[in-house]
Amino acid sequence: MTSSAAIQKGLDIHAIRQQFPVLNRLVKGKPLIYFDNAATSQKPQVVIDALVEYYSGFNANIHRGIHTLAEEATAAFEATRDTVKQFINAGAREEIIFTRGTTESINLVAYTWGRQNIGAGDEIIISTMEHHSNIVPWQMLCEEKGAVLKVIPINDEGELLMDEYKKLLSPKTKLVSVVHVSNALGTVNPVKQITELAHAAGAIVLIDGAQSSVHLDIDVQKIDADFFAFSSHKLYGATGAGVLYGKRSLLESMPPFQGGGEMIREVTFGKTTYADLPYKFEAGTPNIADTVVLKTAIEFINKIGKDKIRQHENELLKYATTQLEQIPGLQIIGRAKEKVSLISFVIDKIHPQDIGILLDNRGVAVRTGHHCAQPLMQRCGITGTTRASFAVYNTKEEIDELITGLHKVIKMLA
Amino acid sequence: MNSHKTIAETEAEIVDDFKLLESWDEDAKYEYIIDMGKKLPDLDEQYKLEENKIKGCQSTVWLVADYKDGKINFSADSNSVIVKGLISMLIRVLSGRTPDEIIAAKLEFISEIGMRSHLAQTRSNGLLAMVKQMKNYALAYKIKNAAKV
Repeated sequence: MTSSAAIQKGLDIHAIRQQFPVLNRLVKGKPLIYFDNAATSQKPQVVIDALVEYYSGFNANIHRGIHTLAEEATAAFEATRDTVKQFINAGAREEIIFTRGTTESINLVAYTWGRQNIGAGDEIIISTMEHHSNIVPWQMLCEEKGAVLKVIPINDEGELLMDEYKKLLSPKTKLVSVVHVSNALGTVNPVKQITELAHAAGAIVLIDGAQSSVHLDIDVQKIDADFFAFSSHKLYGATGAGVLYGKRSLLESMPPFQGGGEMIREVTFGKTTYADLPYKFEAGTPNIADTVVLKTAIEFINKIGKDKIRQHENELLKYATTQLEQIPGLQIIGRAKEKVSLISFVIDKIHPQDIGILLDNRGVAVRTGHHCAQPLMQRCGITGTTRASFAVYNTKEEIDELITGLHKVIKMLA
Repeated sequence: MNSHKTIAETEAEIVDDFKLLESWDEDAKYEYIIDMGKKLPDLDEQYKLEENKIKGCQSTVWLVADYKDGKINFSADSNSVIVKGLISMLIRVLSGRTPDEIIAAKLEFISEIGMRSHLAQTRSNGLLAMVKQMKNYALAYKIKNAAKV
């Protein structure tokens, strides 16, 4: 503990690790080292308990029943909305729409705001480092409407070329949809500046916060984003729950996404009137349980403190970067000045998949492949990378294991 | 190349090889597979065509089938050396067999040597698709032969 004590100052990582039951398991006979946090984080016991508590204590359909369980379930569901509002500093609770995750949040905007506001010849700007979920919905919309998709290029370090972005903006630009933090490179994009420039050009802005929401302090009002999307499962919460933040005026002007129960005010066969925000966008029975425990996950993060988590993760990033750089033939992909705790790399003449298989055989879980960002891989001239992404429960000792594993893997494959 | 041994015998041979490796460290099996991958001759560039490509989510497999004297000979390659090692075993078992033999092959050795996960959907490495494609070739040649008679 001597070496790690310094970097884990202020945080008792050992105590934090004990809250994650999965970290006790063995993989291929070895203690699990989980470095695939950018795909999904592991869940603390409090979140698992909250799920069990919901189903064993007060499971009911929300907003409808007048019985006690329905009231309790509704209260818990709506309490998450308040917690999320604070978590991202939204202006009002009605601006928080619950979805299945980031992908659905983006699609919601594409199908509603997009269909209503994008026409032939209009332009949508995304960036080279987008996840497929922030490319494909816009491509589909552009195809349908005869609109044009424009892409902000990046430099070799994996940073957006802001001057090029400025050149892309024009009166034709209707929407700028960019990722806050790249899932493949770790780059933190200057979303406040991006938004400011877009607004000056008369465009609205969607920020994909799938990766940023767990690592950075999010203040949607400070960013001034029109939409902000993120998922629960990447921030220690359950899968299948997510959030779309939208500015009230925009959300009010948008048509509903899906039709069904919950989102209506009155239905006749002649005409249906829609419910107020946020329910207009929450048709049908939502994912109540997983949304309820998103509150628990956020409280878990808040209790430790995002700044302390970030500090710990930054130390891990710095340490891993220094260690990886010493491996001959290894090249780090993504060297932005501002990064979160995520490292992508390639090794000369070795396929990432082989690295992934052999590390798994040592109990080390990393992600390999194109990370759902094929255009970015093409820009980097590669087909995929190996990615290690760190969370609050990871340690320097685990990174040492990764490095030892990589040396062995290279020896085996060379 | 396998004229003197049946598919079942060749599979048993591979399983025996792996049993010997089990007493070694955790990497021994993979070292053996990697070694086989390295030994399998690279497919000539002229065969690395789109039509011979079986694309997985991560790695790519190229597979070429050649029918001669009632038997199918396979050659294949991959950009992942581990996948190539697994391919090498599949070729050892299935190449130089009649279409009927290939269609009937159960390929249980893959599970028996503990490599089943590489045929799972999550691996998305083109290996599962390659096994299917080998069987498809066998079926196609069988149908073609039947049509000739």
